[in-house]
Amino acid sequence: MSDKSHDPNQMTGAAMIVRALIDHGVTDIFGYPGGAVLPIYDEIFQQSEVQHILVRHEQGAGHAAEGYARSTGKPGVALVTSGPGATNMVTPLTDALMDSIPLVCISGQVPTHLIGNDAFQECDTVGITRPCTKHNWLVRDVNDLAKVLHEAFYVATTGRPGPVLVDVPKDVQFATGTYHPPRKSDVHRSYAPRVKGDATLIRKAVAMLAGAKRPVIYSGGGVINSGPEATRLLRELVEITGFPITSTLMGIGAYPASGKNWLGMLGMHGTYEANMTMHDCDVMLCVGARFDDRITGRVDAFSPNSKKIHIDIDPSSINKNIRVDVPIIGDCGNVLGDILQVFKAEAKKPDIKSWWQQIAQWRARNSLYYKKSNDVILPQHAIQSLFEATRGKDTYITTEVGQHQMWAAQFYGFEEPHRWMTSGGLGTMGYGLPAAIGVQVAHPDSLVIDIAGDASVQMTMQEMSTAVQYELPIKIFILNNQYMGMVRQWQQLLHGNRLSHSYSEALPDFVKLAEAYGGVGLQVTKPADLEGAIKEMISVKRPVLFDCRVAALENCFPMIPSGKAHNEMLLPEQANDEATAKAFAGGKALV
Amino acid sequence: MNQPASAYFIEERHDPNETHTLAVLVQNEPGVLARVIGLFSGRGYNIESLTVSETEAQKHLSRITIVTTGTPMVIAQIKHQLDRMIPVYQVVDMTQTRRSIERELAMVKVRGQGEHRVEALRLADAFRARVIDATTESFVFEITGNTDKINQFIDLMRPLGLVEVSRTGVAAIGRGPEGM
Repeated sequence: MSDKSHDPNQMTGAAMIVRALIDHGVTDIFGYPGGAVLPIYDEIFQQSEVQHILVRHEQGAGHAAEGYARSTGKPGVALVTSGPGATNMVTPLTDALMDSIPLVCISGQVPTHLIGNDAFQECDTVGITRPCTKHNWLVRDVNDLAKVLHEAFYVATTGRPGPVLVDVPKDVQFATGTYHPPRKSDVHRSYAPRVKGDATLIRKAVAMLAGAKRPVIYSGGGVINSGPEATRLLRELVEITGFPITSTLMGIGAYPASGKNWLGMLGMHGTYEANMTMHDCDVMLCVGARFDDRITGRVDAFSPNSKKIHIDIDPSSINKNIRVDVPIIGDCGNVLGDILQVFKAEAKKPDIKSWWQQIAQWRARNSLYYKKSNDVILPQHAIQSLFEATRGKDTYITTEVGQHQMWAAQFYGFEEPHRWMTSGGLGTMGYGLPAAIGVQVAHPDSLVIDIAGDASVQMTMQEMSTAVQYELPIKIFILNNQYMGMVRQWQQLLHGNRLSHSYSEALPDFVKLAEAYGGVGLQVTKPADLEGAIKEMISVKRPVLFDCRVAALENCFPMIPSGKAHNEMLLPEQANDEATAKAFAGGKALV
Repeated sequence: MNQPASAYFIEERHDPNETHTLAVLVQNEPGVLARVIGLFSGRGYNIESLTVSETEAQKHLSRITIVTTGTPMVIAQIKHQLDRMIPVYQVVDMTQTRRSIERELAMVKVRGQGEHRVEALRLADAFRARVIDATTESFVFEITGNTDKINQFIDLMRPLGLVEVSRTGVAAIGRGPEGM
């Protein structure tokens, strides 16, 4: 029989898109309709397997999908229209690329015969998003659509995860063609990420670890991306070796903050003990991190006397910033498994007692010290109170970008992976609120808190409306110091305290703003009221804007001043005006 | 150290630059060249020469030959960055193998009369360049060879009435019986 009308695989392009989402287990997508995606929205309307969350701006859809992805380990999906819909996705796509987040974006495009014509809401979407996606596709023939969609999911979620975009012209959405379920041949033959590490190098690495006198494990987001098994193996490795462990901003949660070997985060605003351990170590095991410039400080003085082992699934991450001695290309979980196996069979726990004694001395410097006050809420104290109030609860934290983000990383203790969603590589202000929406959609019964700043939160504030519409009880915990705090801090330290355009003039009344959206607004100004207000925030089952008025001019310490090495940190107790001026002496060029 | 106060560490690198010829085998699909070029411009790598053509039509394979310069660390980065692109099958550093032949073709238009014209023809003969177009006052020469040879020929033509040059860019292939 060649009667195609009864073939269940014959369908329109728009129907294929929804069908592919279902075939890939997608239950929630984030999007915004428009002319070039109406056929897809028509299909979404006529089914109930995929829930669509209507955002208020496409950037919100992208960050929500990122939050969804980071908190679940599954790909996040966004649907946007052509032209401005697609250009508004550029920030989340770039964010996801920098932080290796699996994201599938489907964008509408003007009909194929109009492409290149400067048609209404036309832009060169694949051209614009080429440098901010892992891969992207323009689908000109409906019969290619199923293959491309399946490949898109595969590429986004395998190897080093990342964002992908599929651009679908409107006529292709209308056209009828043949759908097929996912199959191996959908993927480019040229795409085959390496998962298993080289056995010889793994042996070499184990020998180095076993012989270490002053070892450190430095882990990153790659461990979390690799999945729960990698986290388990990392913890086991720390256990059987007894090594100290630090992590990047992205890697927080892979090793529990309450664990005895935890040094805290490293890098520019990392702890003294983490950075000193990195600087003085003799063997460094880097797992799924990329020696980013916020981590290394001055490159030529970075951990000068250590042998470095680097595990990464992306060969281009290796020897990019820092030369390593043993590069192992492969999936973190897979390689950690092999390392453990060899270590258990052939090595024994090295004696590093004196190294731990040294670390204890660094720890005793108490680099996260701050002076509490009875009159004004210190931002660090606010985070600690929030942490105490949510301890043991099923909590997810997102952040915006700036001082509050660093304080959250320093003072909130994470015990599990996938609980900490922050924009690390790109540093996107406005990430946290929509990301919290994505997290809450994925975990409807959990407590989801966006630790925010008063400046960042205004960048995507409109998504409060989304939270109210879908009854997503996210908590926006704003550390309101009435400044772009990190900008102000840099201006103070580097630019003669000329606070050029970093004051949040004309701040909205966040309580009234919350109420205007149909949410709940809370404000606290006195340290004595903080605990009670946080309790109230947690107990409210609706979206909350929490206006936490904090000390306006508090700086984020400790800090590695620019151009300095890990062992030249500026500690809070030293950070008087004179020491700060000295540490930052130099010109004023900001590059 | 004269580091200006900055959020970024400014570092001077002193490693010497090297010139490498890379052969990149890609799936011939829309946008693939833009991806490769975009990588170079986006990450600040140099392109000295670029040659692209489909080489295996049935398999939809194209070969891109790129001559680039950079420090050894940058050259290694370029290879890794290319290799991780989805439609890239293989990246071979033809310079590193030390067993490759590089050629390019140029068409060189020279205009002149009298002794200059005769000299141009004589030199063309010495360089094994062919005359592929001629008028009473001009020649177009076709010359094949490595980049140095072609540069040298063009320099010699300059005082003899060089009008314009069109070059293909470098193509490279390995010696011996093995393929890429």
